[in-house]
Amino acid sequence: MSSYEARFKVWRGDAQGGGLEDFEVEVNDGEVVLDIIHRLQATQTPDLAVRWNCKAGKCGSCSAEINGRPRLMCMTRMSVFDREETITVTPLRAFPVVRDLVTDVGFNYAKAREVPSFVPPADLGPGEYRMMQEDVDRSQEFRKCIECFLCQDTCHVVRDHEENKQAFAGPRFLMRVAELDMHPLDAAAESGLDRKSTAQDEHGLGYCNITKCCTEVCPEGIKITDNALIPLKERAIDRKYDPLVWLGSKIRRRSSAG
Amino acid sequence: MSVVDRQEWDVVVVGAGGAGLRAAIEARERGARTAVICKSLFGKAHTVMAEGGIAAAMANANENDNWRVHFRDTMRGGKFLNQWRMAELHAQEAPQRVWELETWGALFDRTKDGRISQRNFGGHEYPRLAHVGDRTGLELIRTLQQKIVALQQEDFKETGDYESRLKVFQECTVTRVLKEDDRVSGVFAYERESGRFFVLEAPAVVIATGGIGKSFKVTSNSWEYTGDGHALALLAGAPLLNMEFVQFHPTGMVWPPSVKGILVTESVRGDGGVLRNSEGKRFMFDYIPDVFKDKYAETEDEADRWYDDPDHNRRPPELLPRDEVARAINSEVKEGRGSPHGGVFLDVSTRMPAEVIKRRLPSMYHQFKELADVDITAEAMEVGPTCHYVMGGVAVESDTAAARGVPGLFAAGEVAGGMHGSNRLGGNSLSDLLVFGRRAGWHAAEYAAGPAGARPVVDDGQIDSAAAEALRPFSAEAQIEEPKGGPPENPYTLHQELQQTMNDLVGIIRREPEMKQALEKLGELRSRARRAGVEGHRQFNPGWHLALDLRNMLLVSECVARAALERTESRGGHTREDHPGMDRKWRRINLLCALTDPTGGPAATDPVRGQITLTRETTEPVRADLLALFDKEELVKYLAEEELYE
Repeated sequence: MSSYEARFKVWRGDAQGGGLEDFEVEVNDGEVVLDIIHRLQATQTPDLAVRWNCKAGKCGSCSAEINGRPRLMCMTRMSVFDREETITVTPLRAFPVVRDLVTDVGFNYAKAREVPSFVPPADLGPGEYRMMQEDVDRSQEFRKCIECFLCQDTCHVVRDHEENKQAFAGPRFLMRVAELDMHPLDAAAESGLDRKSTAQDEHGLGYCNITKCCTEVCPEGIKITDNALIPLKERAIDRKYDPLVWLGSKIRRRSSAG
Repeated sequence: MSVVDRQEWDVVVVGAGGAGLRAAIEARERGARTAVICKSLFGKAHTVMAEGGIAAAMANANENDNWRVHFRDTMRGGKFLNQWRMAELHAQEAPQRVWELETWGALFDRTKDGRISQRNFGGHEYPRLAHVGDRTGLELIRTLQQKIVALQQEDFKETGDYESRLKVFQECTVTRVLKEDDRVSGVFAYERESGRFFVLEAPAVVIATGGIGKSFKVTSNSWEYTGDGHALALLAGAPLLNMEFVQFHPTGMVWPPSVKGILVTESVRGDGGVLRNSEGKRFMFDYIPDVFKDKYAETEDEADRWYDDPDHNRRPPELLPRDEVARAINSEVKEGRGSPHGGVFLDVSTRMPAEVIKRRLPSMYHQFKELADVDITAEAMEVGPTCHYVMGGVAVESDTAAARGVPGLFAAGEVAGGMHGSNRLGGNSLSDLLVFGRRAGWHAAEYAAGPAGARPVVDDGQIDSAAAEALRPFSAEAQIEEPKGGPPENPYTLHQELQQTMNDLVGIIRREPEMKQALEKLGELRSRARRAGVEGHRQFNPGWHLALDLRNMLLVSECVARAALERTESRGGHTREDHPGMDRKWRRINLLCALTDPTGGPAATDPVRGQITLTRETTEPVRADLLALFDKEELVKYLAEEELYE
């Protein structure tokens, strides 16, 4: 068991502005970055604002950028850094700062509301759902998402282009569309909702150029690009350009309207 | 002074975990305009940490299961102290609550024939826990969150406003339940982000704030678990029930120190993991108590056969209720047979192929790999008891979840007492949240719409004093204290001392002198907490938030310590070294905690008198048809003579 003094730079400030502040702080064996931020609160800066909750990588609250990389503070062990290294902790860059390490993540909640919810099948009551494990595997992978919003933060479509936020739901919510689309019993189609085409037309799937940055930062290891976004793109394209699919969709729409 | 923003709602739900969200959904679906207030972001509540599953007798994995068996298991787990009507409703309604989640989009793991898979868990006779790997709580919270969004989408279509009938006030903390005479009139709260105060006026308030674990040093609970709802209810005049019963989950991580207490799911044992001491012995065979003797295997062979043939073999003792396993681990460590870091070994690596472990316990694999550099497919985990759950809570009416004594106040989930008796079975929490969350929302909506729910008047004076109370930490330094007052206190230091006190003196094994010492210390902390001062301003200031939460933790800790001192027996989550046996005379006794000074005056600092007054209450006899579900020989172990012959 050994402890040492680490050098930290932590961004402090609010919507009006701020900057990096230097700290020297004790680090013990086995600790994670969030432990160090808590030690700063308890010993040096009681009003240092930070969001956290479970401290076990399950809730996705303590997202920040550590040495420029979006990560969960509770799952970033101090042992991955060199003892001599200065560790820089800054708030998520894609969202407006509230204070210190806390950002306004309201964008994500607004986008969540724009994705139409699960549509239960009309002919099945509670307790009558039958689904095979292999048919739910894919959507279950996406439901592992802890909504840390690191993928939303790192995605260059919004990270450097505030103006795209209006049209682009971000990887997390495009994945939500994929999850519902792949749900074996979702009855959206029967209700006249084509999730694949809305991904393209309403949630900005076309902005994504599959650089896989979202997959790289996902603390749950979800293959967002390969398993959600690319299949969604392929299907959306099928819908758009396959004349038979196009014709089919017109006919179905007409009959349901009639 | 009261230029505080006010809004009118029909039902206000405090807390956005499983119980709070389920209550809000129900209230809104029954026509009540409903507001939810939560300390964290929407979807981050402590429920996400639940791992193992939701207990519900759906009989998908074993056709012999039904609500009666579930009821029996629940009563046995709680050592018959459960508020039996709650245990009955819970067992009867849990399956519907789980199936309903599927209609809202939940995706549980499946059986071979496409139904919801159910897994084994401690104290449950049959495989009963609906689950999603080891992240069931996440699935539950996300499903409820998405159902709330679905309702908001409906409201948007109709009214053009997502929040016209159901609104979530996230990152806000309630510090007082307001009252007009005896009945509820609303809540006083602040926004964590801005520090701004506001009042939600409502005839009905549902408290669903979860537990109290942050008063203990080693805990699996998140920062939110500061006993807010317990304290809000107490301060509003509602009694708390059986607060001495605190569950120490047997398996928390013990190393490294910074993660000490983080939960290792019971599914590890449910799926075949075994506990061993430093001598390599499966020690649980030595700790099967008399009341469970005929239900648990006596040899390793029998225990191992049970996983494949549960009808002809008895269960492994690793699957005894949590209180038994936690005490056993505690004794092994105490007697020098512990692991290097003061726990015992929990091993799946020799029991299942690596691939199976990774598929069935993905979060555990990840958690140990990332946080402790331990590969659980290759070596054993080190585990030890961690403060996990409080069985005690707001005393409620079983059917309606109405808090006793305060019209308009309801409580559901961990913050409510009674359901689990002296010890909760794993998996019974998530089902409790759904069953009683729904009931609380239903009855709160009904109350708000009825004659008793006429719009209350919110008193300005109460708002002013709530605001003054909340601002106190900023002026602590300037306050002129009595000579022995002393300098301002650091809230973080006070919190650490409180956690150490509760952990050491009112922890898993309790002794009279230590609990008396704890009460002394709590008295001292209480007077020091009055001088808890903070720097900076009200905008997202964690020091200030903690200073305010301290009031709640101190109140609740005193309840736990006082009730624990009073109950001179060992039962479930309350173990007295000086009274080691379960005493049938105590089975009928509930201990109720109430505020000594209900006028809400300044907290008493006298450790002897304290803030809490205890009263004893004799419980209602268990209904005859429910008692008839048990064998007479079994009942003899629990019930007092006179109960048996009634």
